Amino acid sequence: MPVLWIVLAVFGLGLIGYFVGRLRALGSAGGDARTLHSLPSYYGWHAFMLTVAPALLVLAAWSLLAPNLIDRSVSETIPEATIADASNASLVLAEVRRAAGALDAAVAQGLVDQETSRNLHTESTDVTALLKETGSVITSAVTQPILQAAQEFRALTKRSNLYRTITTFALALIGFGFAIKRTHKDFRARNVVENGIMVILVLASSIAILTTVGIVLSMLFETSHFFGLYSWREFFLGTKWSPDFRGDSQLGILPLLWGTLYISLVALLVAVPIGLFAAIYLSEYAGPRLRAVAKPMIEILAGIPTIVYGLFALITIGPMIRDWIAQPLGLGNSSNSVMTAGLVMGVMLIPFVSSLSDDIINAVPQAMRDGSFGLGATHSETIKQVVLPAALPGIVGAILLAASRAIGETMIVVMGAGAAAAQMDQGLGEIINPFQAMTTVTVKIVSQLTGDTDFASPETLVAFALGLSLFVITLGLNVLALYIVRKYREQYE
Amino acid sequence: MTDATSNGPTARAKKEHGSLLVQDALTKRRNASERRFRAYGLTAIGIGVAALILLLTSILSQGLPAFQQTFVTLDVVLDEAKLDKKGNRNIDEIKKVTTFGYAPLIKNGLKSRMEELNISIDGLSDKDAGGIISKEAAGQLRRYVIANPDEIGNSVEFRFLANGRIDGYYKGRVTMQSAERDNNVSPQQLQLADALKDGGALVTRFNWDFITKADASENRPEAAGIGVAIIGSLYMMMIVLVLALPIGVAASIYLEEFAPQNWFTDLIEVNISNLAAVPSIVYGILGLAIFINYGGLPQSAPIVGGLVLTLMTLPTIIIATRASLKSVPPSIRAAALGVGASRMQSVFHHVLPLAMPGILTGTIIGLAQALGETAPLMLIGMVAFVRDFPSAPPEGFFDPASALPVQVYNWTTRADPAFVERASGAIIVLLMFLLCMNMIAIILRRRFERRW
Amino acid sequence: MNDMRHLERTADTKDIKISARNCQVHYGDTHAIKDVSVELEDKTVTAFIGPSGCGKSTFLRCLNRMNDTIDICRVEGDILLDGEDIYDKRVDPVQLRAKVGMVFQKPNPFPKSIYDNVAYGPRIHGLARTKAELDEIVENSLRRGAIWDEVKDRLDAPGTGLSGGQQQRLCIARAVATEPEVLLMDEPCSALDPIATAQVEELIDELRERYSVVIVTHSMQQAARVSQKTAFFHLGSLVEYDETGQIFTNPKDPRTESYITGRIG
Repeated sequence: MPVLWIVLAVFGLGLIGYFVGRLRALGSAGGDARTLHSLPSYYGWHAFMLTVAPALLVLAAWSLLAPNLIDRSVSETIPEATIADASNASLVLAEVRRAAGALDAAVAQGLVDQETSRNLHTESTDVTALLKETGSVITSAVTQPILQAAQEFRALTKRSNLYRTITTFALALIGFGFAIKRTHKDFRARNVVENGIMVILVLASSIAILTTVGIVLSMLFETSHFFGLYSWREFFLGTKWSPDFRGDSQLGILPLLWGTLYISLVALLVAVPIGLFAAIYLSEYAGPRLRAVAKPMIEILAGIPTIVYGLFALITIGPMIRDWIAQPLGLGNSSNSVMTAGLVMGVMLIPFVSSLSDDIINAVPQAMRDGSFGLGATHSETIKQVVLPAALPGIVGAILLAASRAIGETMIVVMGAGAAAAQMDQGLGEIINPFQAMTTVTVKIVSQLTGDTDFASPETLVAFALGLSLFVITLGLNVLALYIVRKYREQYE
Repeated sequence: MTDATSNGPTARAKKEHGSLLVQDALTKRRNASERRFRAYGLTAIGIGVAALILLLTSILSQGLPAFQQTFVTLDVVLDEAKLDKKGNRNIDEIKKVTTFGYAPLIKNGLKSRMEELNISIDGLSDKDAGGIISKEAAGQLRRYVIANPDEIGNSVEFRFLANGRIDGYYKGRVTMQSAERDNNVSPQQLQLADALKDGGALVTRFNWDFITKADASENRPEAAGIGVAIIGSLYMMMIVLVLALPIGVAASIYLEEFAPQNWFTDLIEVNISNLAAVPSIVYGILGLAIFINYGGLPQSAPIVGGLVLTLMTLPTIIIATRASLKSVPPSIRAAALGVGASRMQSVFHHVLPLAMPGILTGTIIGLAQALGETAPLMLIGMVAFVRDFPSAPPEGFFDPASALPVQVYNWTTRADPAFVERASGAIIVLLMFLLCMNMIAIILRRRFERRW
Repeated sequence: MNDMRHLERTADTKDIKISARNCQVHYGDTHAIKDVSVELEDKTVTAFIGPSGCGKSTFLRCLNRMNDTIDICRVEGDILLDGEDIYDKRVDPVQLRAKVGMVFQKPNPFPKSIYDNVAYGPRIHGLARTKAELDEIVENSLRRGAIWDEVKDRLDAPGTGLSGGQQQRLCIARAVATEPEVLLMDEPCSALDPIATAQVEELIDELRERYSVVIVTHSMQQAARVSQKTAFFHLGSLVEYDETGQIFTNPKDPRTESYITGRIG
């Protein structure tokens, strides 16, 4: 029975539970809702909750865990030799799963009947051809051990699904019966329902933690794989990035890190002065009319997706910089460059810096400004010597957040910065020329993980190590920035 | 405590204040620096606004032509001898004729149209003449015949897409000079196109197919559309909305209304503020590792994209919702509790409805962010070339699909410059969606904003 | 003793420092100050009293054009400082405020060191040529602010770390450091405890020797204690302006009498 149907059936039972519970509560009160402890609908919800919640929880847990257990017991039946041929147990398993899926498809399409499908043998039938006929993707010839494992897989899956259905329905019925039995006019249904809702609320809140755990675990796991295949020393200290899918790659993070930091630096050099001055002007000088026009316009920049900036870098800014600056000065011939990506990213960060700074400048109490004006300071003196120093911690926090954004930004660098890693062995001149293409950590994560990937090779797995490094760096910046900003807010609250 | 005797030094420091009506030199200098400072501020705003305008005009000027397309109108004789040799209109046999069988019919149609209009171009072979029509035309013809087998034998008028280079000629991308150097188009072909245009057989008109049709392969940019990408983005937005809104609201209610001050709450809070600033590509890695490699969900599927974007959008929605809940004054809660409502009832009956406009605004803004997100989707395989429309939900959620921003990226990696126009056009559509969403958010905020 | 001092004060007549003629202030649509004319004397403490919202603070802020920083505020009429119209187009409010200093209701030290707080005014107005001169100005100002002894050992400590009363005296020291001719004080003691208030009041009395001091206060006792002249404002109008002793013992206007006897306000 497909999961969707089970879920719908359980919900149907829950709905019946709602009405039965409600009626029973009213019945026990002699039809007078006022003598009930809770409103009648709470008795209904109580029954619904007890019917649906345990059943679906078990269903979900079963669906998540069973495939793993089945995989494990199936892989035990596969002979060692087969695994050795394919070099990797997970690849064999994938093949088994595909074969099992194709067999099911064959039965569904009527190519073979259920009985024969169980007794197929590679020597008597061309199973590979049969399975290909179903339109399934079968990459290599199906051998007898694989077929056997696939049969085992099908049998186990079938049994698991049957038990799953039975357990789910049994739980739903038990819950239903228990809830109905409990329903009585003095029963505190509202409290039970509210506790149930509270559990849902807590679970929803813990998704944030689960996400972080998921991020860290998924990357840690694959990164440890990577460091099993490639020395961590060479990864962190290597000055050369030249992946080669035939093996013998050099995967040093330093050139990528340099590219990332250099582009981020250019971006911040653009965004911080412009964003800060714009924020100062808008919050301190601009009249209501200018503010009503200019503030939203700058904020629009924040709402534009990064892919748009990427395209802007690719088709407008890149060629512009190449034709007007880089080529006349003989500094480079590439429209992809540190400058292109940095400038465009800087534009993207302007609203980020300006709106954060705006908030922070506005949080400086008016009394400070009055004190300065009262002494005869000009407006700019007040800003430079009183407002900005008072707002400094907050602004530093904003800049750190912007830096974290810049480091983690992907699309602009993918489309504007280029794919060639900095040549760190070519001397300083090569690596600080801003008109040269340079690649970043994020670009390489994308390029190593898109297209045909083999999750057993260091060239693919390195992306997870890069991702983890990126995560750690940005996490550090974020935590620092949030800490500074929070400290600053407390100061004026 | 007093210091009345220290007149000496202060008297020296004390400057005789001059008339107020005359500015002294120092004041003049200070005022000049004040003016400079203001000018810096104005310049900064000017640069910001100029960057926005440059960006928008660049995208608009590149992308607007994508909505116009050049078409060639031809009368095609659906030759029975070629399409249905046995003449029994058996649909299965008709289907066996491939697009190669249809191409000559189109060439003949073009030839007869040229004769009709008295066009003859020196040095233009029949093959080259046929080249001005998109390679997509044969497929279009075949689909028509399979849908209407009864028309075989008749002459039917068709509007075919012109080849991308011919289209580019009318959009200024291709010129006679560039055609000389181009292997894909010759000046003669352009002359033919001009002649057809004069004869009314070649027109440039609004191109709905760009919005509704699927992507096309590398060498036929003229046929590429964003239909699949729009559907894919739409599916993902549905998933994000259905998952992120309830989860986000539930989490916010707990954190804002019920959570005790303890380490668990602190942990959640720190997590949420950090997740809001984690680079989006990290979510892509998460999606790839957890949902695809571990969970076994299909690549390129909207369900995976939707899940990843949900996780990304949650912090935004939670932060907005909490701010909105916080702005409902405590007196409302006290009033509800005062008449004997439980805490849960006071929140769900009074606080939540009052906070709803703010929550919806935050949700729409979160959705808008998710709609424009590209990097994580690339990692879960959405860059793949997808020609087939996904089926209706819920099965469609598991079919391969593209997404608007990823489609844009995909097109920018292709060689033909016509795809740059397509990419910019797709961006315009994307920006229109974002504009609408933000407008709704602004209207919601204006309409329901409440000041306590 | 108190009466003696009153007599002593009323004996000497002073020059006119500030004179306002038909001054009107509008906040958007609100007419906040209605046709106020008043002449404030040099080397005198003048108190502005009146119920909340009567316009006394608004009028005070007109005297050094602090209202310029509020967009919707319009000032009409003439205010003359030493015979010069401070609302003249040629007047730079920056120069004006160097002459007419201000102390605010809430102590508002800058988030800088004590030294930098006081040195701020002299620095922006270029009053000191050398570090030594600046040190001297700072020390003298702190002495005149009656806070030198308390802070002389920690001039580098942040000004925000002082107690409320110390902060307010620091702000007064900061205001006198620019050598103003007039010192405006907007309820300078309302955020202070009684002991700090007494210290500040004592200080105000000393400042009278060098400056013309205008103080807005809610407390009639304070007005009686520190001022020589008192102006009573009500609903944006100047009701009565006279010697302090006269106002408190023998008010001419019935509204003044109602206020000082506690019936309105």
